[in-house]
Amino acid sequence: MKPSNKGRKSAVAAIKVQDGWMTVETTVNGARQSWKIRPDDFLLDALRREGFKGAKKGCETGDCGSCAVLLDGKAVASCLLLAAQSQDREITTIEGLGTPSEPHPLQEAFVDTGGIQCGFCIPGMILSAKALLDRTPSPTEAEIRRALDGVLCRCTGYVKQVQAVKLAAERKK
Amino acid sequence: MGWIGKSVKRSDAKSKVMGAALYIDDYGYEGMLHAATVRSPYPRARIKKIDFSQAQKVPGFVRGITAKDVPGKNLWPLVMHDYPFLAEREAKFAGEAVALVAAESLQAARDAAAATRLLLEELPCVTDPLQALKKSAPRVYGRDNVFARYVVKKGDVAKGFEEADAVAEGIFTTGYQMQAYLETQGMIAFPESHGGVTLYGSMQCPYYVHDAVAAALGIAYNKVRVVQRSTGGGFGGKEDMPALVGTHAALAAVLTGRPVKLIYDRREDFISMSRRHPSWTQLRYGAKRDGALTACQAKFILDAGAYATLSPIVLWRGTVHAAGPYRIPHVLIESCAAATHKAPCGAFRGFGQPQSAFAHESLIDELALKLDMDPLDFRLKNALRVGDETATGQKLGESCGMVDALEEVRDASDWKKKRADYPAWKSGGARRRGIGVAANYYGVSLGARGRYLDRAAAQVQIQPDGTVMVAIGNTEIGQGARTVISQIAAESLNAPYEHIQVLETDTSRVPDSGPTVASRTTLMSGNAVLNACEPLRRRIFETAQEMLKKKGGAETPMSASDGKFSVAAAEVGFAEVARECYLRKLKMAEQGWYSAPPTSFDTETGQGDAYVTYAYSANVAEVEVDAETGETKVTKVTSAHDIGKVINPNAAEGQIEGGIVQALGYAFIEEIIEREGQVVNPNFTDYILPASADAPEFKTILLEHPYPAGPYGAKGLAESPIIGPAPAALNALRHACGVRLSHIPAMPEAIWKAVKHGDQKKQ
Repeated sequence: MKPSNKGRKSAVAAIKVQDGWMTVETTVNGARQSWKIRPDDFLLDALRREGFKGAKKGCETGDCGSCAVLLDGKAVASCLLLAAQSQDREITTIEGLGTPSEPHPLQEAFVDTGGIQCGFCIPGMILSAKALLDRTPSPTEAEIRRALDGVLCRCTGYVKQVQAVKLAAERKK
Repeated sequence: MGWIGKSVKRSDAKSKVMGAALYIDDYGYEGMLHAATVRSPYPRARIKKIDFSQAQKVPGFVRGITAKDVPGKNLWPLVMHDYPFLAEREAKFAGEAVALVAAESLQAARDAAAATRLLLEELPCVTDPLQALKKSAPRVYGRDNVFARYVVKKGDVAKGFEEADAVAEGIFTTGYQMQAYLETQGMIAFPESHGGVTLYGSMQCPYYVHDAVAAALGIAYNKVRVVQRSTGGGFGGKEDMPALVGTHAALAAVLTGRPVKLIYDRREDFISMSRRHPSWTQLRYGAKRDGALTACQAKFILDAGAYATLSPIVLWRGTVHAAGPYRIPHVLIESCAAATHKAPCGAFRGFGQPQSAFAHESLIDELALKLDMDPLDFRLKNALRVGDETATGQKLGESCGMVDALEEVRDASDWKKKRADYPAWKSGGARRRGIGVAANYYGVSLGARGRYLDRAAAQVQIQPDGTVMVAIGNTEIGQGARTVISQIAAESLNAPYEHIQVLETDTSRVPDSGPTVASRTTLMSGNAVLNACEPLRRRIFETAQEMLKKKGGAETPMSASDGKFSVAAAEVGFAEVARECYLRKLKMAEQGWYSAPPTSFDTETGQGDAYVTYAYSANVAEVEVDAETGETKVTKVTSAHDIGKVINPNAAEGQIEGGIVQALGYAFIEEIIEREGQVVNPNFTDYILPASADAPEFKTILLEHPYPAGPYGAKGLAESPIIGPAPAALNALRHACGVRLSHIPAMPEAIWKAVKHGDQKKQ
């Protein structure tokens, strides 16, 4: 599912710039945000500055996926997007997924299967899996592997993470 | 046993899935500065001048720091004491730190570092290890560019080859491999009012950081405190290197009087931090007609880079294991670590063994073929058994599962049938299938070369509410240390697993426990925790017994499990007992200590009891090769591991699966391209890591040959899984296509060429 670009250019063009600063209006985890940013700020840096530390910086070249967040439901590398591109869009970070007492089924499944070691890739991994399950509730193993392919994990060998996504899909039914 | 052998959920999993686990870059403090590093761009250069005048114009610039500003000794106290914290007269590799800048923001620090002008004079350099060993080579280290040499000499190798009916020989080489932990190096340093400094950061070995910072600042050890934060992977890359990063942050903090954060970007991490040593091995094996090995001779050379760092120890481990896990009467192994003008190589999971194992496991296969024997049967015939001697003459008295591991992978992989069927498999057009095996052993913990560091401490504190705090000197780096240690403490105290909290490692809480390396944490920290728990257990159990007596259950023997103490008539829980202990004013905190049993190594002969015990692994890999493109897919790996008692099967599987994927990256796709001392691909765009679609199907088998001196019989696991899969996969490729690739990574182009050449020869 590709988010529509209709009207997006005008949304970015409408951002006010003053003394080299611009104000971006965006929605993060359902809450409206107003950020004062520089035009060359990346989304990852803006998110981390605003306290969404679950998005991690692993490479800054869009290769590792540790910075993945959902932008209008699609998993994106926030280290490659400009913060200004989030104008009038909806961002989901790991902080928006569940709470310690009511974790998201994916969060629960990653704990249950043992899909976590150092944990650095996990927010990006879980969000990428969420993007998959939101559009494909019963994915095949190949679909899961393809969905997780943009997030590198150096610890696990991916087995238990693939199992976690399968388990979460089953539980959601 | 209640908690031992159970796949309990990781104690840190919840915070990690919620995104609540904080890594060092997630912390920030009032008044904190950011530091950045100025690096030499040349493989070798004389430093004539460091000019901060342009840097000073960057808004937010606070100060520049050079070697002249180091208050203590500008030499890192690590193994050979040859690496300056900041290069002074000469920089010896492209990427070496020459200066630091501190500034009000990360951007300002990076801009100021870029604006710092280095006046350098490029000097002649040597980047090839074999060239570096020649007399005419430019000098990197000492008189001969050799950081260390070892010999292992057992029996009479000439006699061994005379007795042999078949001999195989070859030269095998391996390339660099990056640890590629996803979290780059990072530290925050706080200046303290007593003139010392406190460091927080990403690391495996806080005590190495402690040593380095105290030396560089010229201050007493009791003014340095090092605390580990959630660490995003290490794999050896955060063994020694954080001491350098931490010292830089500490220098900036003390010289500016403000907290300083220093986080590496991926590129500088790639060009300046440690990596796996490239290797060159010339190897020869001899065997009788019946398959009994008679002799092994090896020359093993590691490309160490510009400073020694851990190379002497890496070389030692690779050397000691270089003959393979086999019974061989005559052995001669000679090795050396050559200095070159490149980034220092160091610790990476396996620590010299993936290199020597690639050679011995490739050549063992060739010798089996010469003898017309099945390579797995050939290994079984020669595999070390209880009572046998290793290459260093160490008699294996117990806990040796090499034969078991080989038999398990043979049966579980359907080896015999596939070995017979695959050569005729034609259904895939140009695609071919093969199956290969490799065996390895791994000396657990530091062994004779690191024996002075081989001890560990722990602190266990039972709280009045029955929860337990455990502090150890080893770190959680993703491998599951906290979980396994919690299980060991819970088992010993009969406390509920959920009641155990293993704290972040802090040098002020637990004395120097050596490094978190060499698959030693379960064994060393586990035993230290047991030692601390022992008197606490006595108090808890005695108190529980008396409480039950009062409840009228005096006569029956007490049973203790799952955090409950019971007799037929009554029951008390761990929390109640803990509360009662406090009311009785009993001591509920204890220190624990464990030091490894003696090991030995005679440097003249290389004979001795090199390690306290060994883990054993066998791997069978199956591959599918496209002969027209060279593309090779590892379809399945069957992997068996004798690791002693398994504390947590799920965590153990995770270690094995992860190790195998790293090993397959090493075998086929991870390639550092270095030209004249420069890394050409210092990023994840051009240095490819295995992703989820690259992982094969796994079958992991855990074998338990208990080690009596280990906690509940445990040995160690983390590194063994990365040693065997690469040669197993290359042996499978040999089986599929009839060609021997003697260099890894075996990139598709090399495979394609070899297969084409092999096919032409056949015609």
